[in-house]
Amino acid sequence: MAQTSARKQGVGSVIWEYLTTVDHKKIAILYLIAGGFFFVLGGIEAMLIRIQLAVPNNDFLSAGLFNEMITMHGTTMIFLAAMPLLFAFMNATVPLQIGARDLAFPFLNSLGVWLFIFGGIFLNLSWFMGGAPDAGWTSYASLSIASPGHGIDFYALGLQISGAGTLITGINFATTIITMRAPGMTYMRMPLMTWTTLVASVLIVFAFPPLTIGIFLLIFDRMFGSNFFIVEAGGNTIIWEHLFWIFGHPEVYILILPAFGIFSEIFATFARKRLFGYSAMVFATVLIGFFGFMVWAHHMFTVGLGPTANAIFAVATMAIAVPTGIKIFNWIATIWGGSIEFTTPMLYALAFIPSFTMGGVTGIMQAAAPADYQYHDSYFIVAHFHYVIVGGVVFALLAGLHYYWPIMFNTMLNETLGKITFWFFFIGFHMTFLIQHFLGLWGMPRRVFTYLDGQGYNAANMISTIGAFLMAIAVIVLVVNIIITLVKNERVGMDPWGDGRTLEWSIPLPVPYYNFAQIPLVRGLDAYWVEKKEGNGKMMPSESLGDFHMPNNSILPVVMSLGLFIAAFGAMYFPDGKEWAIDAVSGLDTKPWALPVLMIGLAITFVSMGIRSWKDDLGYYVTKEEVERDLEELERGGK
Amino acid sequence: MANMEYNVPTERWPAHPETATQEGQNKFVGFWIFLAGETALFASLFATYLALKDSVPSDDHLLAADLFHLPLAFVMTMLLLTSSLTSVYAVYHMRNNNFQKMQLWLGITVLLGASFLALEIYEFVEYTGLGHTFRSSAFGSAFYFLIGTHGFHVIVGLIWATLLILRNAKRGLSVYTAAKVNTFALYWHFIDVVWVFIFTIVYLLGVL
Repeated sequence: MAQTSARKQGVGSVIWEYLTTVDHKKIAILYLIAGGFFFVLGGIEAMLIRIQLAVPNNDFLSAGLFNEMITMHGTTMIFLAAMPLLFAFMNATVPLQIGARDLAFPFLNSLGVWLFIFGGIFLNLSWFMGGAPDAGWTSYASLSIASPGHGIDFYALGLQISGAGTLITGINFATTIITMRAPGMTYMRMPLMTWTTLVASVLIVFAFPPLTIGIFLLIFDRMFGSNFFIVEAGGNTIIWEHLFWIFGHPEVYILILPAFGIFSEIFATFARKRLFGYSAMVFATVLIGFFGFMVWAHHMFTVGLGPTANAIFAVATMAIAVPTGIKIFNWIATIWGGSIEFTTPMLYALAFIPSFTMGGVTGIMQAAAPADYQYHDSYFIVAHFHYVIVGGVVFALLAGLHYYWPIMFNTMLNETLGKITFWFFFIGFHMTFLIQHFLGLWGMPRRVFTYLDGQGYNAANMISTIGAFLMAIAVIVLVVNIIITLVKNERVGMDPWGDGRTLEWSIPLPVPYYNFAQIPLVRGLDAYWVEKKEGNGKMMPSESLGDFHMPNNSILPVVMSLGLFIAAFGAMYFPDGKEWAIDAVSGLDTKPWALPVLMIGLAITFVSMGIRSWKDDLGYYVTKEEVERDLEELERGGK
Repeated sequence: MANMEYNVPTERWPAHPETATQEGQNKFVGFWIFLAGETALFASLFATYLALKDSVPSDDHLLAADLFHLPLAFVMTMLLLTSSLTSVYAVYHMRNNNFQKMQLWLGITVLLGASFLALEIYEFVEYTGLGHTFRSSAFGSAFYFLIGTHGFHVIVGLIWATLLILRNAKRGLSVYTAAKVNTFALYWHFIDVVWVFIFTIVYLLGVL
């Protein structure tokens, strides 16, 4: 059993290793590959949308295909690209930052990634199996119940599967950060990346169950004949909107908080200064998480909840600007007077401050409910959320990719190519979305597949499309950069940026599979920096060298996820041709095999859960001798 | 391996065997966080139910006040509350290193839970016969989804407890199995608390 990582492996055994791995570092790579793939897919969908909108009366995409494209672009980017890519960086860094040998539940970590991958594949199979979902990423029930065919079913079932994975991962990270911190790593010494991961995980725990219920209502209505959204039978479609946004608004913070975490690390590292106002930053993070649950109805100002509800939600929404403002000023104060190094991650971080603030300001404008009646469903909204999601989250993902690349792959991405990517992306981003504010104010509605000539939208749309192409060039340069770096494979030593402050930079690269030969003793905020300035530049151990315990690999997570993947097909085709089914599918041919497939799929999942419970899984011990051998080897190779 | 040791002499048996190992502590904290998520799940279900209560397509459809019988709901409540108590006894004997009694009380918990489930199935069959079904109205959908999700949790709990009794029968007690039993007990209490809310919000408010 003792680890295989040091030995030379064939392709088959590498694949098997990644299918069964419970190691957070390998799971991080799985998230990065799968999330990166979906990011490119969502990007291609975005390009097709922008090509369609480049000129008036365009027929590049049909109206129906356009609806599928915007739905899949939004859904893919939020659920299958942004969140998994953040999980990649959380997995790569958080256990290292708190001085742990793995997450609290390594098995569940693997289950989380495989549920996400199978859910994502299921959702995207819709393109080849009768049409993608077309009711928008919010999938409002009045649209989604009426949508013919199985597109919406792919959305509901795919998100249910990947959402379960996200919930599991959220529980896992929250537990890990609570129970697995090294001695001395008090809450108020945790790096901001860890803090934001903790708060985002708690948000996941409370935000995803409402989505689960909302999607179940949709699944039952579309596949099992219930009446939650069927108005003739007493149903109410507003329930979906509430449940969706009770999830959907915290989701925005689930995305942006870890992005804030990544940037906080980058600012401190490359300004070579302690993060300004650390405790205020922590407080603001928690406050944003708390407020995040009280503002969902600002997405529903025009539904007609009444002036009282609108006023309360408007005020709560504006209040979020306070903790966010605290953060913006703290970042500025961190850079202020620092000895700044303009690396690629730092460029993204510096560009993030004004870009994200612009998105924040338009957010405050929309928080005023009466004004929102004007902005609602226009390109102003599209511009706003792309400013916060791209200018915040995607910038953070690109920055994090460059910043944490050495920890994940033991090499450095090329800085020149990285800066070319940055400038193309930065200019392209503002070119695409700044003009969309004006398009919205001039009256161009969102989610409409074309516009007429002579409405004054032509030039602005063309500018926007050219900007999108600049972003596409940036991503292509990035991919080239990644390929060149992987092929060259020039290994770097520990602390490759030279100014690492936190624990993840204090370990040798490649990171040993057990992370820490001895769990370190943490003596202050920015633990590694403290040792650099006040100690001998090495972490002090908190334990003597000895045997320690590591978890076993397992194939069960893949099997459990596969079971749900199979079951989803059964559920989807179950209502076809049944007399109780909704109009969208009642006219299709009946599928007698649907119910057995559903049963078999669920049986696979539940039996593997039973096996997991039945068998003792006690892990294995890494012996003191093995660790000593590794340390000696490191000493020889290191100097 | 330390946590593989079965039939530990009582003088070395920790006061809280379920959290004596790092894995046990992780399970304990992680399961509480999971239950927080479950709370949000049931809160969404209750909200949906309250929004759709008595929301039916036509006047001849049965409403909550016509359907619910408090005596049946009371008996079900008592069965489930008692099963929560018996699971406490199981954990008590687990902490006292008394494997046989722990198994016995777990078994009694399963029996009580199964009787609750039987009454719930009886109730569902009766309502269905009266025309109050999952597909008859939005009220029906919301009712069966809320109560059914709780019932599904009961089924999962029963299978879980039965598996634990069987798998541990040959093994006995260790800090590893103790953590499993304790986690089940936490789950079972949670199911019980949810039922208290169902009794109040669905049944009591339904007939009042």
